[in-house]
Amino acid sequence: MIWNYKELFITGLWVTLALTAIGYIGGVILGLFLGLGKLSKKKWVYYPCKYYVDFFRGTPLLVQILLIHLALIPSIFGHSLGFFVSGSLALILNCAAYNAEIIRAGIQSIEKGQMEAARSLGMPKREAMKHIILPQAFRRMIPPLGNELIALLKDSSLVNVIAATDLLYAGKVVAGAYARFWEPYITVAILYLLLTWIFTKIIAYVENRYSNSYVPPQRRRVFSFGRTSVGR
Amino acid sequence: MIKVEGLYKSFGSLEVLKGIDCEIQEKEVVCVIGPSGSGKSTFLRCINLLEDITNGSVFIDGVQVNAKETDINEIRKEVGMVFQQFNLFPHMRVLENITIAPIKIRKMDQIEANDLALQLLEKVGLRDKADAYPEQLSGGQMQRVAIARALAMRPKIMLFDEPTSALDPEMVKEVLDVMKQLAEEGMTMVVVTHEMGFAREVGDRVFFMDGGIIVEEGTPEEVYGQPKSARTQDFLSKVL
Ligand SMILES: Nc1ncnc2c1ncn2[C@@H]1O[C@H](COP(=O)(O)OP(=O)(O)OP(=O)(O)O)[C@@H](O)[C@H]1O
Ligand SMILES: [Mg+2]
Repeated sequence: MIWNYKELFITGLWVTLALTAIGYIGGVILGLFLGLGKLSKKKWVYYPCKYYVDFFRGTPLLVQILLIHLALIPSIFGHSLGFFVSGSLALILNCAAYNAEIIRAGIQSIEKGQMEAARSLGMPKREAMKHIILPQAFRRMIPPLGNELIALLKDSSLVNVIAATDLLYAGKVVAGAYARFWEPYITVAILYLLLTWIFTKIIAYVENRYSNSYVPPQRRRVFSFGRTSVGR
Repeated sequence: MIKVEGLYKSFGSLEVLKGIDCEIQEKEVVCVIGPSGSGKSTFLRCINLLEDITNGSVFIDGVQVNAKETDINEIRKEVGMVFQQFNLFPHMRVLENITIAPIKIRKMDQIEANDLALQLLEKVGLRDKADAYPEQLSGGQMQRVAIARALAMRPKIMLFDEPTSALDPEMVKEVLDVMKQLAEEGMTMVVVTHEMGFAREVGDRVFFMDGGIIVEEGTPEEVYGQPKSARTQDFLSKVL
């Protein structure tokens, strides 16, 4: 029964992955600007960013998806652009709000001496942010940004309300066709579980690689044997 | 070279600097001493505008650093600073720590910057650490890298804020030796320090700060030998 619909599940997997990937990448980029905006001393930068984040964190994603799909996009373009555009947009905007907070906190966690040292060398603030603060902050953001990725993957199932052909949709179709619920939804659950498991592994790898020490792993081993530097 | 006129600095309602006037000549080494909280760091940080100035002015080479039209980044290229906590960039190797500013700010090319960095590492005795990361260095080594990093911008003035206070005693000397060499080469230096030996040997003048003003200034012999003010005498009797 499930097997007859395997195409649908495969499409669903791809749609879910694509929505998650687009939502996440867009969400990180937009979140970076929002996070920086929330650190700005300029009121006209700070307040729009703050209200944006408050709005998207303070309202249900489901409501945001419906607003964007049924109200925002039709009122701009005159008609719907399909679930994928609306869904991606909603996920980007929502994910960005959560990432903004993570990024802001990550930047704030870097000792203020780092910025001072950079500025004392004559670096403008932007350069110091780009070369000194953000590379350090990103390492600290890896764990929470990883959690955000997993949360987004699961939340992407909400685009189902705007008729997205995602993973959950495949389950619904099978359930409708056979009037059976266990098998299709368990299949869906297992597939989500598989995806989150893969993501968790990837995140753990990245975390392991970057979070502990700035010394690349193989150099660290050299260090532990008592040499601090390789001859030039 | 540095001229400070009527410098006041407040943090909110807390007035930390209460009218500082002084002039520091080219190639002069000025040591700043004084009790904790007297405003020594704040004074130093006002010189390169890491703290904005509440009132008064600071001139470097005749340019008012706290004037609206002054590009502070231009000033900072000429004024190196060394911090108590080193503040090396932990995500970069020693070499990159030193080359980043010349490359990004002075638009030096990579090869030239590397040469310069190796030369400076040689000077601070750490040429073999070029590839190491800061976390692999001892405190004394980190501070010497920090000095090299500041020197890479070819500054005319160096500011030191208690450069040896965070170091284990056995590492203090290696850092002071580098600073001494720098002074001998004619660098203009303002050094907040409690190292009396250094101040006596290298310093041209000593400022004693207390309560946000320079209470007494003079040659190291004068300030340490025959302090005029009671506050200076009191302070010296406690620390010596
Ligand atoms: N960013 C700040 N905000 C508020 N108060 C500050 C700030 N920086 C310094 N102060 C206060 O200003 C006063 C002088 O501080 P400063 O660091 O200049 O003293 P210091 O002479 O360098 O002391 P120490 O020997 O402990 O380093 C202190 O009372 C300190 O608490
Ligand atoms: Mg201090």
